[in-house]
Amino acid sequence: MKSEHILKGLRDRDQRGIARAISLVEENDPLADEILSSLDDSLVDQAMVLGITGPPGAGKSTLTDRIISKYRSQGRRVGVIAVDPSSPISGGAILGDRIRMMGHALDKDVVVRSMATRGRLGGLCAAAGAAVRILASSGCSVIIIETVGVGQSEMDIIRLADITALVLAPGLGDDIQAMKAGLPEVADILIVNKADCAGADTLAMDMESIAREGGGKEKDKAKVCMTVASEGKGIDDLLAAIETVDASHRESGERRTRREKAYDLEVLDWALEMIKPLIIEKIEKWDHDRKGAPRLQAAKLLGQE
Amino acid sequence: MPEQKRTHRVLIGKPGLDGHDRGAKFIARALRDAGFEVVYTGIRRTPEEIAAAAVQEDVSAVGLSSLSGAHLRLFPAVVQALKNAGAGDIPVLGGGIIPDEDIGPLKDAGINAVFTPGTPVTQIIAAFRSACETQEAGRT
Repeated sequence: MKSEHILKGLRDRDQRGIARAISLVEENDPLADEILSSLDDSLVDQAMVLGITGPPGAGKSTLTDRIISKYRSQGRRVGVIAVDPSSPISGGAILGDRIRMMGHALDKDVVVRSMATRGRLGGLCAAAGAAVRILASSGCSVIIIETVGVGQSEMDIIRLADITALVLAPGLGDDIQAMKAGLPEVADILIVNKADCAGADTLAMDMESIAREGGGKEKDKAKVCMTVASEGKGIDDLLAAIETVDASHRESGERRTRREKAYDLEVLDWALEMIKPLIIEKIEKWDHDRKGAPRLQAAKLLGQE
Repeated sequence: MPEQKRTHRVLIGKPGLDGHDRGAKFIARALRDAGFEVVYTGIRRTPEEIAAAAVQEDVSAVGLSSLSGAHLRLFPAVVQALKNAGAGDIPVLGGGIIPDEDIGPLKDAGINAVFTPGTPVTQIIAAFRSACETQEAGRT
């Protein structure tokens, strides 16, 4: 009954219905499973999921804002999932990516949702993956996942995307920092933002050489794009690069492969989320000597020895 | 259903032309440190933009800051914008440089709580927590 109501809200593109559905997923509410089981799969299949990652201050949100404008001018409905880290101390978070996108606040065909990582072992990927499906079911044909490219869980989220763009900017450290920050090897598109600033050309050269090292066929190599997001420069070229990668992934079957991997990743994520409390309970009840190799103790605990 | 402690989501924003955001940022940090997820929408927003963001983010409360004297017009305008967006159940709390004599009219206009420079931060956090809990209990 209640899930019917929310599903109707999704079909009608009701802003509150969409928002509430994502909250139910975030709160691990059992209703979320009902909703996710009844979504329109064809819409989810058709939507393009674009991951945008990179170090803080590279210009991800400003770039996202410009990309939204371009897709809107093509008449496409756009969803954005903006992920920011939770404080490991308080569990709270400041979700500030929206500031750069407020120009779209009154556009009913731009749905922005901020999500905090909530310090989960698993679960974050799954929550973001569910949000992607919900947004697609509400008619978004482009869904952008924006996240800081540091840390395992953030990289896992990006693996949910059909196409991944890594945003870098000059002045944020040398190319070694860039490699640490964003793992260029998983990116389909390398964006050098703030291209009007000193050091942009050197950074672009470094990125070109990383793209070349990727090997493989010419068309599979990462594309390097230069942008000045704050002035809207280079966005047309970026969209063209996205288009090219998408077409190539569809043709080669890479898109299907990534979707399948992403689904498995979400399942793994949920499984980890479910199993963790069981193990914690075991450890709490377990009368053990705190001596010796912890890995062996863990194996004993799981009955693997 | 296992009743886990729910993470409260709130929006902190500044309606109108006043660009002084120290207060808003201070409250945003204090709420984060108290375990809230704070969607921060920045300065110079219209009441309609704030309401639209509050709906999309599914927040349980909206906090507004004003240091320029326009609170009597802008705070109630956000309450009205939320009603127009079908989200009249989301409480609005406000703070800033607000003379005592304005507190009554603001509350009459539907502002859930009003904070002035002397309000202790613990009291502000408690007010947000209570407003969130009431809103969340009323969700259907």
